[in-house]
Amino acid sequence: MNKIISLEQAMELVHDGMTVMIPGFMGVGTPEILVDGLVEKGYKDLFIICTDTARPNVGIGKLIVNGQVKKLYASHIGTNPETGRMMNEGLIDVTLIPQGTLAERIRAGGSGLGGFLTPTGVGTVVEEGKQKIVVDGKDYLLELPLRADVALIRGSKVDKKGNIWYNAATRNFNTVMATAAKTVIVEAQELVEVGEIDPNNVMTPGIFVDYIVKGDA
Amino acid sequence: MDVRERIAKRVAKEFKDGDIVNLGIGMPTLVANYIPEGVEIIFQSENGFVGMGPAPKEGNEDPDIVNAGGLPVTVLKGAAYFDSATSFGIIRGGHVDATVLGALQVDEVGNLANWMIPGKLVPGMGGAMDLVVGAKKVILAMEHTAKGRPKILKECTLPLTARKEVNLIVTEMGVFDITPGGMFLREIAPDVTVEQIREATEADFIVSEHLKVMEE
Repeated sequence: MNKIISLEQAMELVHDGMTVMIPGFMGVGTPEILVDGLVEKGYKDLFIICTDTARPNVGIGKLIVNGQVKKLYASHIGTNPETGRMMNEGLIDVTLIPQGTLAERIRAGGSGLGGFLTPTGVGTVVEEGKQKIVVDGKDYLLELPLRADVALIRGSKVDKKGNIWYNAATRNFNTVMATAAKTVIVEAQELVEVGEIDPNNVMTPGIFVDYIVKGDA
Repeated sequence: MDVRERIAKRVAKEFKDGDIVNLGIGMPTLVANYIPEGVEIIFQSENGFVGMGPAPKEGNEDPDIVNAGGLPVTVLKGAAYFDSATSFGIIRGGHVDATVLGALQVDEVGNLANWMIPGKLVPGMGGAMDLVVGAKKVILAMEHTAKGRPKILKECTLPLTARKEVNLIVTEMGVFDITPGGMFLREIAPDVTVEQIREATEADFIVSEHLKVMEE
């Protein structure tokens, strides 16, 4: 099965109003070419799940500035003043989620769990509307799984079956997001032949990946 | 030495050899510059590694290696990278010995507010809520007042980051322990009096029987 498609073909898989997961920490590990593709296409009313909105000209920040995001789940928006401004003007519906809770909700979504219990957020605004469960005398919040229509991820080295190796700190939300969307598209910084990545070093097994778009080396 | 450097230097004395430590952005980051000789600390960066080293020389930045503030850093020999789910498993799971954070407000029972000012500043909590709940020891590195107004209060008024999780407060005026028995002034800066600290602090605190001059 050939998973390699063009950027144009990849963008045909996204539509207005979709829920899209995009990894990256201040843009590190974000698939910039796929994000640029979304900007070019101009899809509207997207529901973006990411850990931060980077800066106005970096990563997910570009989608914010271009007015394509209707709803946002993130842990931090402080480095992109546009996100805060648009939130205050009611243009984006923002839900702030503790970073560890966000990662685990996506992990739960991708691994068939109905949720998990975390002490993070107990006694803060984060607990509003959530079920509190006591285990061994300690309070926990029930946090629910997250899934998306599409995950746009980025691999440092990707083979033609979609097995992925991530360099350094680019792994961040890539591995969990790769498991939690109906359609997973990876931007391959370096595309290699099957067998060139030692199975011991595969961080995202290719079975999670639907499509591969060749990026910049 | 300026106030921030003094605070950072004092915080750095709190660690034991081999501790795993997460430093928040801003003043807490300076703590790494003052680790005493003979003490090896493993720094965790919540975006996905342990074994963080200093900033690279100009021109040697690696775009794939940044700290939790998005700034270029290096990793030391023996470092390890992981994904965000593992990173926060490390944090919530009690595998981080200490975290050092800043504060907008803290109160006498150890409630902390450091992630938003309603209507003004809403950057988000990032990893702070997980860190404060999960780290074995929560240390605040903060200036004692903000524009002359106390930041150490009887009760926080801003939205909380976590309840009753702060263990130690280090300011330019002194060092406080927060315990179930109350808040104790443990060390005092050489250039201030207990009365001056009371004036600059809204919270009630007990002067420790073993009060000593703040270590430089």
